[in-house]
Amino acid sequence: MTEDNARIIFNRQIAPKIMHMGVFSPEIASEASPGQFVMFRVSSGRDPLLRRPFSICRTLGDGSIDIVYSVVGRGTDLMSHMVKGDRVSVMGPLGQGYRLPDENQTPVLVSGGMGIAPLIFLAHAINDPGLTFIAGFSTASKIIPTDNICHSDLNIKIATDDGSYGYHGFVTDLLANVIKGRNDTVVYACGPVGMLRKTALMTIRSGVDCQVSLESTMACGLGACQGCVVPASQDVALAYFNVCKDGPVFFANRIDWKGL
Amino acid sequence: MSMPDLAVSVGPLKLKNPVLAASGTFGYGEEFSEIVSPDLLGGIVVKGLSLRPMPGNPPPRIVETPCGMLNAIGLANVGLDAFVRDKLPYLERLDTAVIVNIYGHTIHEYGAVARGLRGIDAISALEVNVSCPNVESGGLAFGTDPDVSAQVTEAVAREADKPVIVKLSPNVTDITSVAIAVERAGADIVSLINTLTGMSIDIEQRIPQLANITGGLSGPAIRPVALYMVYRVVRAVHIPVIGIGGIMDYKDALEFLIAGAKAVQVGTANFVDPGVCMKIIGGLTDFLKNHEINCIDEIIGSLNDRMA
Repeated sequence: MTEDNARIIFNRQIAPKIMHMGVFSPEIASEASPGQFVMFRVSSGRDPLLRRPFSICRTLGDGSIDIVYSVVGRGTDLMSHMVKGDRVSVMGPLGQGYRLPDENQTPVLVSGGMGIAPLIFLAHAINDPGLTFIAGFSTASKIIPTDNICHSDLNIKIATDDGSYGYHGFVTDLLANVIKGRNDTVVYACGPVGMLRKTALMTIRSGVDCQVSLESTMACGLGACQGCVVPASQDVALAYFNVCKDGPVFFANRIDWKGL
Repeated sequence: MSMPDLAVSVGPLKLKNPVLAASGTFGYGEEFSEIVSPDLLGGIVVKGLSLRPMPGNPPPRIVETPCGMLNAIGLANVGLDAFVRDKLPYLERLDTAVIVNIYGHTIHEYGAVARGLRGIDAISALEVNVSCPNVESGGLAFGTDPDVSAQVTEAVAREADKPVIVKLSPNVTDITSVAIAVERAGADIVSLINTLTGMSIDIEQRIPQLANITGGLSGPAIRPVALYMVYRVVRAVHIPVIGIGGIMDYKDALEFLIAGAKAVQVGTANFVDPGVCMKIIGGLTDFLKNHEINCIDEIIGSLNDRMA
């Protein structure tokens, strides 16, 4: 883990309110594994004060790391105005990432909205042209274009809630069809809490392994402040997990989905 | 000129420099070890410790506010036994002052934690958090009442074999009356301020941002308030004062030292920049060099009081 005053290589809008940023940080890039995250300092001043966490979307052999982020508040708005050549303080890689599938397991990747970012990193690591990767969005205009981010042989199947593009329905419905009667699958998920809860309960019920990446407001990112906790399931000795240190990736059965 | 001397004596507590990491913002030291060696700090104040393990509050526990943040962690910690078994071995290897922040839900519990930490050489001092709710008197914080604060201080001082620091709450009418009360009750040092109670509301859902409704405000937003309280307490008691509240850089630290604090604690800034304590120590060193001051002691309490 390093704190790096990294140079921005590009920062471009790829969809309305969606940005794709690349920074040069060889140390973080060489250490990072899929599902881990980095924390960006969005202002060199004192407001906004806290760093912002982002899943790593991709690392390239040239020492760069990419993130895809949504402009939702003042912090990400400031970030969206950063330009090539600017320096930004980046800390990482942080947290526990996805555990890669065993030889006898068939991975299935499922994302909702922005949750696609860490799964792109995972898909590249799995590196299988036959990989099942399904991504859900609310509507066609919210689809995150991945043409310049993903390897060309990666085939992402799109679902939209309103049917304006691809499969008509929730990505979790699509997932249900994919995993039906397939106990050898391992599901990797990232997205909004509602979608993750549905995914978790479905996989737990059918005895399918599932790893989810969770999001939380964070202060330190290092496990010190304990501000980012999520409730642990009853069979875990702890009441809460720190998303930053114990996660952000968890086995779905370790989380108390009712309490989340 | 030679390297300026940053060592300070905070009453019975000897520190290699006046910069401490504040409780709850530096974990048990290990969390930050990849970025900063705790050995270079004046000391670390570890996470608030209670007799039994505490899970803490439900989330959301934190929310960002202008130039600061609110937290309602709920004093989550591993409890006395697990602290001694799992956390102490790392702390024992450090070459810095290790201060254990303690709290209880009853006055008796405060004493029990202090007793449980007796005879541990690696611990340099205890810091008593009196801002915790008193379950025996309807959940009002111990630290809001000078007499109750004094009773807590007495209970800890009776059991402790280390210097006792009492960390004062700013959520009182007159912080000097609490400071005087704990001094009389046997506190060796006071540290201040703890967080200021605040809240924040989500206007779309019309619910408090924190599950606990209220939280403690920290960060640069509170620094002027903290500085004023330190300024007043320094003039009200004879025991040394440790300044805390929104310190982000060496200039902020100097304000507290000039006002009379013998040392400072850096809290929320560690979240923004885990290496900040080192930068503050470096900044203090350079400041002394540039001003041809040999020793940080010459700075402490050097305020030219306009009122005087």
